[in-house]
Amino acid sequence: MKELIENKLRNQFPQAILEVSEFRGDLTFLVDKNFIVEVCKFLRDDPELSFNLLVDLCGVDRAKRKDRFEVVYHLISIKNKYRLRLKVRVDEKDCEVESLTSIFPTANWHERETYDMYGIKFKNHPDLRRMYMPEEFEYYPLRKDFPLLGIPGSLQLPKR
Amino acid sequence: MNTPQEQSPYKSKILETLLTKATDVIIEDTLENGMVLNMGPQHPATHGVLRLLIHIDGETVIGCVPELGYLHRGYEKIAENSTYHEFIPHTDRLDYLAPLSNNTAFALAVEKLAGVEIPKRAKYIRMIISEMARIASHLVAIGTMAMDVGALTVLLWAFREREKLQDIMDLLTGARFTTSYTRIGGVASDWTPQCTSMLKDFLEHFDENLNEMEKLLNTNRIFLERTEGIGVISKEQAIAMGLTGPNLRATGVDYDVRRAFPYLDYENIDFNVITYTEGDSLARYWVRCDEMRESTKILKQCLEKMPEGEILAHDPKNVLPKKFNVYTKMEELIHDFMLVNFGLNPPVGEVYLSVENPKGELGFYIVSDGTGYPWRLKIRSPSFVNLQSLPLLIKGHMVSDIVAIIGSIDPVMGEADK
Repeated sequence: MKELIENKLRNQFPQAILEVSEFRGDLTFLVDKNFIVEVCKFLRDDPELSFNLLVDLCGVDRAKRKDRFEVVYHLISIKNKYRLRLKVRVDEKDCEVESLTSIFPTANWHERETYDMYGIKFKNHPDLRRMYMPEEFEYYPLRKDFPLLGIPGSLQLPKR
Repeated sequence: MNTPQEQSPYKSKILETLLTKATDVIIEDTLENGMVLNMGPQHPATHGVLRLLIHIDGETVIGCVPELGYLHRGYEKIAENSTYHEFIPHTDRLDYLAPLSNNTAFALAVEKLAGVEIPKRAKYIRMIISEMARIASHLVAIGTMAMDVGALTVLLWAFREREKLQDIMDLLTGARFTTSYTRIGGVASDWTPQCTSMLKDFLEHFDENLNEMEKLLNTNRIFLERTEGIGVISKEQAIAMGLTGPNLRATGVDYDVRRAFPYLDYENIDFNVITYTEGDSLARYWVRCDEMRESTKILKQCLEKMPEGEILAHDPKNVLPKKFNVYTKMEELIHDFMLVNFGLNPPVGEVYLSVENPKGELGFYIVSDGTGYPWRLKIRSPSFVNLQSLPLLIKGHMVSDIVAIIGSIDPVMGEADK
């Protein structure tokens, strides 16, 4: 299965697949962020692979100067009982990724959560609001530079 | 840090979303006055602090925007600042109706990362507690769903059964809900013969009691009319919306993590994956009932097959030593000190592991940088994803159907809000 996916992806998108790795049986592809929508569409629609369930989508703050963030996608093929992880790297200066909502509607809330927690914007997202934090909140709490105890005054309390 | 928005006539973003984006159903010939109804966050039928903004036209719902975050405690941030052992008690507070299966899921994820192999007896104890948690959680789901549509007796009968399970959990773990029972590498305390006899006693009467409970509902005209054909979702839509667990299987998709990606010892256990094809609230109720019967089957097999032996793996660098040895032996004392203060040292890497929780697929995605603290820990909570399909299910139904649909999805806000 692993070789099949890798060969198909490499044939279809020769420039998009930057890295392949495997750790504890989890297969991971590092994908160029400009190709992520096409790659996911191909993985979903290919009859042999049919990765039709997007289980999870989240951000990771690597706290590096270049390519600070990662967006991680977990796909499942219900037919083949196989799990796959895709990753894209996002730079802080160009903090935008194409939204997956057109292919997997379930990405909607996951992307809102990622935006809420990391400030990664998703292009063409239908409703990019904060998921958990209040609308007026100005920070991104899961970034590594956000202190654990919070920032005093960042949450508005009701007036007495 | 946010880009300034262009001036909007609406006071808040959620209201704007409701009125401009979520109104693609137009029902003619009703009262012409559209109205916004705010349901929750304090509402008995929303099962916690779920807030729904509903756009109604007469009695018909034409748009719905759920608002989450009222129970957001920032567990993912807390996880980054605590060792793997320290995070186990927090997993109790995710899905607080089935804390034992959350404990199991987290311990399994860390063990996969650190490469710890647990003894067979611990595996069987973990399977037993997961299935007990499943039965307890489904009982609450059925009871509250029936209560939402007006049948209070079922709730009381369901809680009576659940209480017996809570007694076993109390005896086994020392707490009814905040169990924190699993450890990295095994479980905290051994399964006792008294637990076995209590569980056997429970199983003996459970089928009969469940049948009784079902008799109250399965031929009840009010219950059937309020759930049949309400909140229908098709197979394709359900997969696209990322539904998992009983909600997905009610649409006819044969996907159960216990079968698709077996963990613990589920591959050696004989049970069926329950599917129904209707995809409505009634089918979701049936799936839960039948799953409880499958769980009793699993429990019986586990009790039979459970081997004797250790309950903690022997792996001094990753597993906390026994307390007696910490007090009497030097080596164990050093390991205990290192594990408590600096945590276990997993290799650099990232793993994703998911288990079949009562609500759906609970997954933990851990990114490790080689220290005792996770660099990133993402909780893939089933209730969060299942709630996302709520607007789709509600649209076009009556206001009074909303409570029946929420009850049939069975969200737990502790998990949806993390």
